[in-house]
Amino acid sequence: MNLQAVRSIYVFEMARAGRTLLQSLISPVISTSLYFVVFGAAIGSRIQEVEGVSYGAFIVPGLIMLMLLTQSVSNASFGIFFPKFTGTIYELLSAPISYFEIVLGYVGAAASKSAILGLVILGTANFFVDLHIQHPFMMMLFLLLTALTFSLLGFIIGIWADSFEKLQLVPLLIITPLTFLGGSFYSIDMLPSFWQAVTLANPVVYLVSGFRWSFYGISDVSVVASLVMIGAFLAVSLAVISWIFRTGYRLRP
Amino acid sequence: MSHETPLAPERAASSDATIGTQVHNANVQPAPVIAISGLSKRYDSGFEALKQIDLEIQRGEIFALLGPNGAGKTTLISIICGLVNASGGSVMIDGHDSVTDYRAARAKIGLVPQELTSDAFETVWNTVRFSRGLFGKPPNDAHIERVLKSLSLWDKRKNKLITLSGGMKRRVLIAKALGHEPEILFLDEPTAGVDVELRRDMWEVVRELRNSGVTIILTTHYIEEAEEMADRIGVINGGELVLVREKAALMRQLGSKQLTLHLQTPLASVPPALAHHPLTLAEEGNVLVYTYDASDAGDGDHVSISALINEIEAAGIRFKDLHTKQSSLEDIFVNLVRERQ
Repeated sequence: MNLQAVRSIYVFEMARAGRTLLQSLISPVISTSLYFVVFGAAIGSRIQEVEGVSYGAFIVPGLIMLMLLTQSVSNASFGIFFPKFTGTIYELLSAPISYFEIVLGYVGAAASKSAILGLVILGTANFFVDLHIQHPFMMMLFLLLTALTFSLLGFIIGIWADSFEKLQLVPLLIITPLTFLGGSFYSIDMLPSFWQAVTLANPVVYLVSGFRWSFYGISDVSVVASLVMIGAFLAVSLAVISWIFRTGYRLRP
Repeated sequence: MSHETPLAPERAASSDATIGTQVHNANVQPAPVIAISGLSKRYDSGFEALKQIDLEIQRGEIFALLGPNGAGKTTLISIICGLVNASGGSVMIDGHDSVTDYRAARAKIGLVPQELTSDAFETVWNTVRFSRGLFGKPPNDAHIERVLKSLSLWDKRKNKLITLSGGMKRRVLIAKALGHEPEILFLDEPTAGVDVELRRDMWEVVRELRNSGVTIILTTHYIEEAEEMADRIGVINGGELVLVREKAALMRQLGSKQLTLHLQTPLASVPPALAHHPLTLAEEGNVLVYTYDASDAGDGDHVSISALINEIEAAGIRFKDLHTKQSSLEDIFVNLVRERQ
């Protein structure tokens, strides 16, 4: 195991976030704060409690998930797309490192960044609403698993994309809609029964539901279903990545 | 260029009938540092970039790979370094298979790519340090300092790569490759787009590296470069290695020589007494040119230079100056490639 290389990639990627602190950390915090102001304070004060939780507090897990998903994907996809774009990927491919180590370095850094971001947003939320977390351990587990899984997805997108447009395509057309429709801002009980059934096909519902359960003990679907779903996601992402490396797809012609 | 005017191409490659048989340079030498056998590459598009390449690189030599655009130079290097998967054949790096034992194989190799790629917003220092780590070497700032100083990059170490000139970026790429102390260095078109002074500097660096025991494989468009630097030369064309030879032997064997006589009084035509020699007039009869094969001087079907000069004197021709010129590698190369097409 070339731990030196994994460390180098990890440090390099984390340093990139340090250089771009404004866009990596401050802008997600500001945009989340805006959600709190609009949905929590302005609109939320006119919405009744959801299953005993104030609306402002109810949306916190969903908001963190929203940021976690989009940031994991964008961090990881950019991390591997940029060397492809500039051509510096030659060095990665010619280095004595395994695929697993490459993924560990890039995805590890991307997941770390978004997990840190998730916690920062949690801290920010604390300023706006009264938070208490019923299952802190499960909360961290969901946070880390989601960051990891979606960083893997981002890595796949980064390898697949051959233009900046494509890099934006999946987050914009798939991740964001799924997250908005995934119960971030509402309980799926609020939907008509037909749409409730449709919503259950949205994987993000399970993530948001499980994450919210770790905060307030309330959920749209069972926690076990949430864990199974995120496990399945993780397995699919890993399978795709192993296929990519086995075939050299878009990396080694 | 040390040779101001290229020779007429059809003369320069007069005796290359043996080229095909010499591809496998079977000199009895210690184990090669790189052994390539039966290497082929067919891209998904169907394009056959390499056809059954066999090549051995000796430890400590400078090997120049010449070839026109699209000949397969970069594909060959890319396969050796792990950037491209081969379709067939094998590459052994110092006894390690480049696929099954890639860690040991790649750890020995430094690659300086043709494209000027850089992590635009990184500093010189960080990017070289990163390369070292990527190759699994523990941090060694003293080594990186030495490398940067040898490439005149020390003053620029805190600069972001995006602020550097093309030549400086090229140096950074070399520094990155040297950062992890490779035993084998690949330079893919190292001096493309680099000014003359910088090119000389780089040659100096390459020579120093060779003196320290590093094996160097370079591809180049500048034949002058191969001529200046290389111990051996390989010519690749259309995915085939058409020739591998010691540079000196190659130039001796394939290079024709010219004797040029500047006449005191111009001639209208070559006098009949000298007509049986391959003599031509140039510059409106002011210059008499004799072309001969440098490799068989003295024992071929041509006369020795002194005998020829005697004959010229006897024919009443007076000259005020004379010089000889050997054909450059460029002439040889152009001929080889042309002939294959």
